[in-house]
Amino acid sequence: MRDVYGVSLASPLMLGTAQYPSPAVMEEAFRKSGASVATVSLRREGGQGQAFWDIIKGLGVHVLPNTAGCHSAREAITTAQMARELFGTNWIKLEVIGDADTLQPDPFGLLDATEALAAEGFEVFPYTTEDQVLAKRLLDAGAKVLMPWGAPIGSGLGLNNRYGLRTLRTAFPDVPMVIDAGLGLPSHAADALEMGFDAVLLNTAVAQAGDPAAMARAFALAVEAGALARQADPMAPRDMAQPSTPVIGKAWL
Amino acid sequence: MKIEVNGEPREVAGPMLADALAELGWADARVATALNGTFVPKGARGDTALNAGDRLEVLAPMQGG
Repeated sequence: MRDVYGVSLASPLMLGTAQYPSPAVMEEAFRKSGASVATVSLRREGGQGQAFWDIIKGLGVHVLPNTAGCHSAREAITTAQMARELFGTNWIKLEVIGDADTLQPDPFGLLDATEALAAEGFEVFPYTTEDQVLAKRLLDAGAKVLMPWGAPIGSGLGLNNRYGLRTLRTAFPDVPMVIDAGLGLPSHAADALEMGFDAVLLNTAVAQAGDPAAMARAFALAVEAGALARQADPMAPRDMAQPSTPVIGKAWL
Repeated sequence: MKIEVNGEPREVAGPMLADALAELGWADARVATALNGTFVPKGARGDTALNAGDRLEVLAPMQGG
């Protein structure tokens, strides 16, 4: 996979830290997933912050703070600044939400915030759609990684617009891209890797599974299979059948 | 003076942000601060004066996706 901001990730799996039945289950899921990155957020201090941070540090993975829940560039920029100090990283998963039902990004606020944060030295991972024009603008604004959605956050629908995602992947062959959001099954993750995406980020699919640790392991196998398949150069699909068994030499019966 | 801390009305003496954080029990806590929507870095808390009616956000690491 392509490096992200100069970092070579050991696994193409990035895992969220929310919605697990318990911190112990979360730790077990991380161990089974082999994830290289953990996403985190920041919220009003309620006394649990230090304990959570200690668990995250113990995972030994890269930390990617998000700006989840921000609905304006200004809110997202302030949140990113606070996250940088709190987590000690320039990485920021930039979310500027434009619609409460679909949680789809607000492209205008996202672009403004990307530009401002890149100028402040942040390494921005913008949560975006498969929109190719927006992707170009985000790259021009200073983003060096893109995080197109698979489907709306938490929906578990998989790759909702395969044509758009394939077009986006083809348009920017050198840009690291992480499919973020909407994955529900390991097959969705394998699909993304087979299409040439560098990594996937998921949370709900593992955290809300009946057995999060087992599902984490399933996703680990899926991304490994997907990446291997991509490297192996998959055959091109065709519309009509073509026999795989030789026709020549068939008996006249 | 009366200010708003994480959405709740609180009475603090101040006069600086660092003083208020100590009063609120967060002197050594792993938190990030924003005053009236603007980030205040840790190093600037001692020089940032509070005014009545200020909105202070004190944020900590939390689970996220």
